[in-house]
Amino acid sequence: MLDADFFRRWMAATAVSVERGAERLTALDSPIGDADHGSNLQRGFRAVVAVLEKEAPGTPGAVLTLAGRQLISTVGGASGPLYGTLLRRTGKALGDAAEVGEQDLAEALRTGVDAVMQLGGAAPGDKTMIDALVPAVAALGDSFAAARAAAEEGALATTPLRARKGRASYLGERSVGHQDPGAASSALLIAALTEAAGE
Amino acid sequence: MKMLINVAETVVADALRGMAAAHPELTVDVENRVIARRDAPVAGKVGLVSGGGSGHEPLHGGFVGPGMLSAACPGEVFTSPVPDQMVRAAAAVDSGAGVLFVVKNYTGDVLNFDMAAELAEDEGIQIAKVLVDDDVAVTDSLYTAGRRGTGATLFVEKIAGAAAEEGRPLERVEALARQVNGSSRSFGVALGACSTPAKGSPTFDLPPGELELGVGIHGEPGRERRAMMTSREIADFSVNAILEDMDPRGPVLLLVNGMGATPLLELYGFSAEVQRVLADRGVPVARTLVGNYVTSLDMAGASVTLCRIDEELLRLWDAPVRTAGLRWGM
Repeated sequence: MLDADFFRRWMAATAVSVERGAERLTALDSPIGDADHGSNLQRGFRAVVAVLEKEAPGTPGAVLTLAGRQLISTVGGASGPLYGTLLRRTGKALGDAAEVGEQDLAEALRTGVDAVMQLGGAAPGDKTMIDALVPAVAALGDSFAAARAAAEEGALATTPLRARKGRASYLGERSVGHQDPGAASSALLIAALTEAAGE
Repeated sequence: MKMLINVAETVVADALRGMAAAHPELTVDVENRVIARRDAPVAGKVGLVSGGGSGHEPLHGGFVGPGMLSAACPGEVFTSPVPDQMVRAAAAVDSGAGVLFVVKNYTGDVLNFDMAAELAEDEGIQIAKVLVDDDVAVTDSLYTAGRRGTGATLFVEKIAGAAAEEGRPLERVEALARQVNGSSRSFGVALGACSTPAKGSPTFDLPPGELELGVGIHGEPGRERRAMMTSREIADFSVNAILEDMDPRGPVLLLVNGMGATPLLELYGFSAEVQRVLADRGVPVARTLVGNYVTSLDMAGASVTLCRIDEELLRLWDAPVRTAGLRWGM
């Protein structure tokens, strides 16, 4: 079973990989965006770690809901509302149980990803974070490691796609050949699940 | 790239401290990132709030003052502000007559302003929103995030601001703002990329001897790259792109806007070429504004915006305005 501490470790592990990957995320955001994805998420997840330490929410749902609200309040851009909604809606779907199972998390995350698709209007294949998250959620029923592999594969698979949402979409065909930075950061978020589980 | 900054992380806060010191007629909340008229809320007046990523100055903070915006929310460089800022700004300027959000059509701005509108309404503030999407360079609206908001933002903020100053109700201010946006079209070109403080180097490579046609205002490349053209050729290309997409009958407002690193000497020369094309095409220009108003950090280049006007819009355009970035008649 997964308790609030697991979810705090998940957010902390995400913060660490965002710090480590910030330069790469910003570099990916340079040719098809505006070169700030890494620094924006860095600011956001630093704030998430700080608020979780300060308020120490006691349930898995409360950890993710608070983390999501904090991202919405600190990141800005499109990634703030989108990542914020992902965590907030996943947290709400987990309810107020003190511990949840891996299947509960898989279902809750599916609710969160659906909310992101509704908010941003993106579908699979539009070259967005959805291309990493949808396969990850589908594989989460098997294991965290399977979800991680699926997210990483999904992120890489955005490279040949033409962007249809977000700022990269203005480039049309010129967006082809670049990995989507949002899909890359989503893969970091999913990969952090294995780290939180000590795998 | 050398920049006149301390560190990238404090660029926005440093600029806000500078705004506060230079403009005592404004209330600048550096911590919460809201720039507002010092006399807000003005009794009976609709509030006008805009915001967006920093790096486009004087947009939006430089347009706060009598006759234009009530408040502005600056985000990080090229990053939409957060809903908390917008709710705070709305609360600061709402006199009970409601608040109009002026939102440039970018995914981030739209999402954050939508969230802010919901939160502000929960606090009992009546909110209306107008989306600015004037950039004709985005042709494939179905498969993109839609047309970007660029130079027309200045027209919307000036004209809606004048209407609000006259005491018009929220529905009317909103309708005028929509009319201005619907009547405006823009096209931009870049002669060089810009450098964000966070990255410190140009956001895309533009070799000498080439230019980008149809650029936005966030250092993103345009839709097409060509061998460098003359001012005359760029004016022909830009105005034709705009006129293909708008009804050219009747007088227009003309904005010849610098992207940040193009000298006024060049901009005025370019403006003369734009005026020439418009005269050839039989489009009468009622008013012309030339300068750096909707910029993209240190990008070299320019954009052209036309807004088809009627008598009422022209009167509101001519109405007095007193802001850091635009000032006449008072």
